[in-house]
Amino acid sequence: MAIVPNPYKTTGFLGWIDDRFPLTKLWRDHLTEYYAPKNFNFWYYFGSLAMLVLVNQLLTGIWLAMHYKPDAALAFGSVEYIMRDVPWGNILRYMHSTGASMFFVVVYLHMFRGLIYGSYKKPRELIWIFGCLIFLVLMAEGFAGYVLPWGQMSYWGANVIFNLFGTIPVVGPDIVVWIQGDYIPADATLNRLFSLHVVLLPFALVGLVIAHLIALHEVGSNNPDGVEIKKHKNENGVPLDGIPFHPYYTVKDVVGVVVFLIIFVGLICFAPDGGGYLLEKPNFQEANPLVTPEHIAPAWYFGAFYAMLRATPSMFGSALPGVIVMFAAVLILFFLPWLDKNPIKSIRYKGMITRVTTVVFGIVYMMLNYLGMQAPTDLGTLLSQIGTVYYFYFFFSLLFIHKLESSRPVPERVTA
Amino acid sequence: MKPSSPIIKKWAAPLALAFGALTASAGVLAAGGGALPYSYEADVDNLPSLQRGAKYYMAYCSGCHSMQFMRYSRIASDLEIPEQMLRDNLMFTDGNIGDTIASAMPAEKGEDWFGQRPPDLTLETRARGEDWVYSYLKSFYVDPERPMGVNNLVLAGASMPHVLWEQQGWQVLASEDHDEKEGGHDGHGHADPFDSVRKGALSPAEYDKFVGDLVNFMAYAAEPGRTDRQALGVKVLVYLFVLLGFAYLLKKEYWRDIH
Repeated sequence: MAIVPNPYKTTGFLGWIDDRFPLTKLWRDHLTEYYAPKNFNFWYYFGSLAMLVLVNQLLTGIWLAMHYKPDAALAFGSVEYIMRDVPWGNILRYMHSTGASMFFVVVYLHMFRGLIYGSYKKPRELIWIFGCLIFLVLMAEGFAGYVLPWGQMSYWGANVIFNLFGTIPVVGPDIVVWIQGDYIPADATLNRLFSLHVVLLPFALVGLVIAHLIALHEVGSNNPDGVEIKKHKNENGVPLDGIPFHPYYTVKDVVGVVVFLIIFVGLICFAPDGGGYLLEKPNFQEANPLVTPEHIAPAWYFGAFYAMLRATPSMFGSALPGVIVMFAAVLILFFLPWLDKNPIKSIRYKGMITRVTTVVFGIVYMMLNYLGMQAPTDLGTLLSQIGTVYYFYFFFSLLFIHKLESSRPVPERVTA
Repeated sequence: MKPSSPIIKKWAAPLALAFGALTASAGVLAAGGGALPYSYEADVDNLPSLQRGAKYYMAYCSGCHSMQFMRYSRIASDLEIPEQMLRDNLMFTDGNIGDTIASAMPAEKGEDWFGQRPPDLTLETRARGEDWVYSYLKSFYVDPERPMGVNNLVLAGASMPHVLWEQQGWQVLASEDHDEKEGGHDGHGHADPFDSVRKGALSPAEYDKFVGDLVNFMAYAAEPGRTDRQALGVKVLVYLFVLLGFAYLLKKEYWRDIH
């Protein structure tokens, strides 16, 4: 089908634009005539909130980059300069540092929503895969940004992460030097992480978010009942259970945004350190290659993956198995649409076993996250090992577990 | 630190507490390390205390410890000290009022004299914690084994001498059985881990206040924008709660026709 300019035959100034650019078409396709299921619940706020936080990070990042110096000798001081001498600099910096943590909070909740309502299942596999790529890029972005203030935890955290690549047999140590641009994390490392953090990764992030939304609007949103609203349409082709995204979900999301902002502003203005979790104490000391902090903990949002890394025993004196397990934990997410053989999408109608294992999965993930931030203990290691096994077991159990349980009848239309 | 209305000040503290509580359990977990003998929470809104703390810092600390990110001029405006008064009484260098606080000690000499150069203290309360600094300043005790004749319970083997000995006097570690007896007496077993052996110029209560003023000032210097951001937070939250009401009513109005 050829592109028809100005299909809605608008006139005047808007018509002049629509003859040249599909403004009205985009507006209708993605907002006023994008029909979303009318039964979205609490879990559906986190997509729009993730967009909000992304914009927050981009805007505050632009101003931070105007004052930050990506130089190992100057970086730490330039952050304090932003905190003290740049008008509103402390607020910008806290918006960015707290925003990074909130990004992971809303993305984790957004992903769990997809998991419980089967939003990754046919025909939404690509939405899910774009989402997994966003998560992957977000982790890289979070890591690179974490190093920039060049505090003690920035430095030693970077050291741990880079050395993961050192576990690759034969070429590992050379790869580490190649990535760092030096034998230890140093000025060259900081410079390239700055470049990735402010240019490549945000570009990739924004591009993937656009792809994620285009794919979503192509197939339409899933909903808490996991039924396809496009199966029942009225004479105009509008889904009976669909409502225009704008104005209905825009006004609803504004409520979610304000509630989110109350929490966000509360943290920024009253607890920007987050008890040492949003801004870690050792990061108020400048990076020092000669002094190792007592306990090197990853940023909280990497806790679960770090716990899996530590829980995996070394083989032949190499931590490679742990590194493989850790990366596999992220990569397995990509295969979820094909691992889940249950014909039912929503947890509301899946059998009791799946309902329990899914909730346990959420709890185990939080437990792993917690354990990853603690100094290792025997009990902690044992729990991390059990948690790691369960993490992988859960995904593979989706291949068969529905055959062991009786599910509930799925309704034809969405329920109120 | 522009003067903010008392109403805002009144609400800033409870809100800080509430949001602090959200992350408090996190704080306990993140603190790690050994338990501290004393706890302390800095009050950066107490102007007279901050002014006294600034005076003590300049008199007892700034000879060796710089504050490389803290400007004299910022102290003058935030703590409401006239610049000339600050220059005459608190600035011991002949630099510019816009300079940051540099110690008089050349770095290499510090290493020669103390084994390591005295650390910069701008961010000390954020890096170690307010409790830690408070405890550290109260925990020097006589130990003939150490080069300076003094050790610290919070930082074993500290190379810093007890510069506040004239105020605090001298103390030694309480002996074990004595400790137990004391613990038994007051019932909660958290007895002072020290015995005084020589009185200082200040009584123990006065010394606690002295150290408190110093820690308040250091907490202020670690983040001069703290009072401002809390005052800002109160205003923004009031606005957001009002907005929430309108946003909710708007949503309800639009959704009236959705069944």
